[in-house]
Amino acid sequence: MQIIQPHYHGIARTAQDYERMAMSGVVAVAEPAFWAGFDRLYPQTFLDYFRQISEFEPTRAAAYNIRHFCWVAVNPKEAENPELSYEVLKHMPEFFEKPTVLGVGEIGFHKTTKNEEEIFEAQLELAMRHDQLILIHTPHLQDKVRGTRRTLEILAHMKVNPDRVWLDHIEEHTIRGPLEAGYWVGFTLYPITKCSPQRAVDMLERYPRERILVNSSADWGPSDPFLLQQCVLEFRRRKHSLQAAIDVFHNNPCRFLGQNPKFDIRPIRVASL
Amino acid sequence: MLSAPEVVELYFLETRCALLDIAATLDRLDRAAETSAPGDDPRVSQLYQALELLADRATSGDRVERLLQLFSDLD
Ligand SMILES: [Zn+2]
Repeated sequence: MQIIQPHYHGIARTAQDYERMAMSGVVAVAEPAFWAGFDRLYPQTFLDYFRQISEFEPTRAAAYNIRHFCWVAVNPKEAENPELSYEVLKHMPEFFEKPTVLGVGEIGFHKTTKNEEEIFEAQLELAMRHDQLILIHTPHLQDKVRGTRRTLEILAHMKVNPDRVWLDHIEEHTIRGPLEAGYWVGFTLYPITKCSPQRAVDMLERYPRERILVNSSADWGPSDPFLLQQCVLEFRRRKHSLQAAIDVFHNNPCRFLGQNPKFDIRPIRVASL
Repeated sequence: MLSAPEVVELYFLETRCALLDIAATLDRLDRAAETSAPGDDPRVSQLYQALELLADRATSGDRVERLLQLFSDLD
């Protein structure tokens, strides 16, 4: 089955991961800009990182027939440093011109501080001015409810078009607000700290599936890109059709990401089963 | 051996995850029972008995053994 992995931090993973993903059906990944595990000191470091994910990483993925797209942003954690963030923001529009950059992400809250909020709003404003898609990280664990609530308030206040926004790392306690307001939501499958494949399928069964994106993130921390395939298997073993699986794990990413014409992979219909 | 605070530090998230998995399974079972007959599989009662056993904080430190007994055919 063809799968799109819409949230994948390729620079933190090996070529073998790309190879195995290709062998298990992954045809495209999208790589948001995120925290490197330490706070960077120089704006230029971000710009080289954006070059890495928009120029070099597509060549690594291409070696395994995987299309690679990306997002640029100052991540929520480093947004705590506004001076650095504004320097980076000045240069982000240059990257919007690149052939595989889809939008601004991942932005949002980590600890829901004043500085984070200021930079979140500045990046939303930048994205809207340049007609970019928006990917929002919602906080981890005990900070998730508060951060998601504040995120929704800010999006509503700034009148951001919900069709163009994806809130990621959504779980059972944060799903209703974003879906009711018309945003796209993402389930991030993690071994321990976020959502499991089984719980993701539970939510796929409980809520309308048209605006749900499932991903397994995969980064430099404890994570596993193949939780996505495990989720496909869980979905199929609960008796959902192949077409329903393709709709969630391939076509939904096409429909959201394809709002940016650079993402040119088209939804698939199974001709006969 | 670890100190008590170290045990919490090392195992809190894993345990939280295990509890969420249990909650998800019980929710799934309830939803399924809305559309199909729940039946009277004794294993469901075993699960709830196990949860009662775990909910008692002032108990002896042989919870695992007692759960395994609960899940055993004894006659
Ligand atoms: Zn991420």
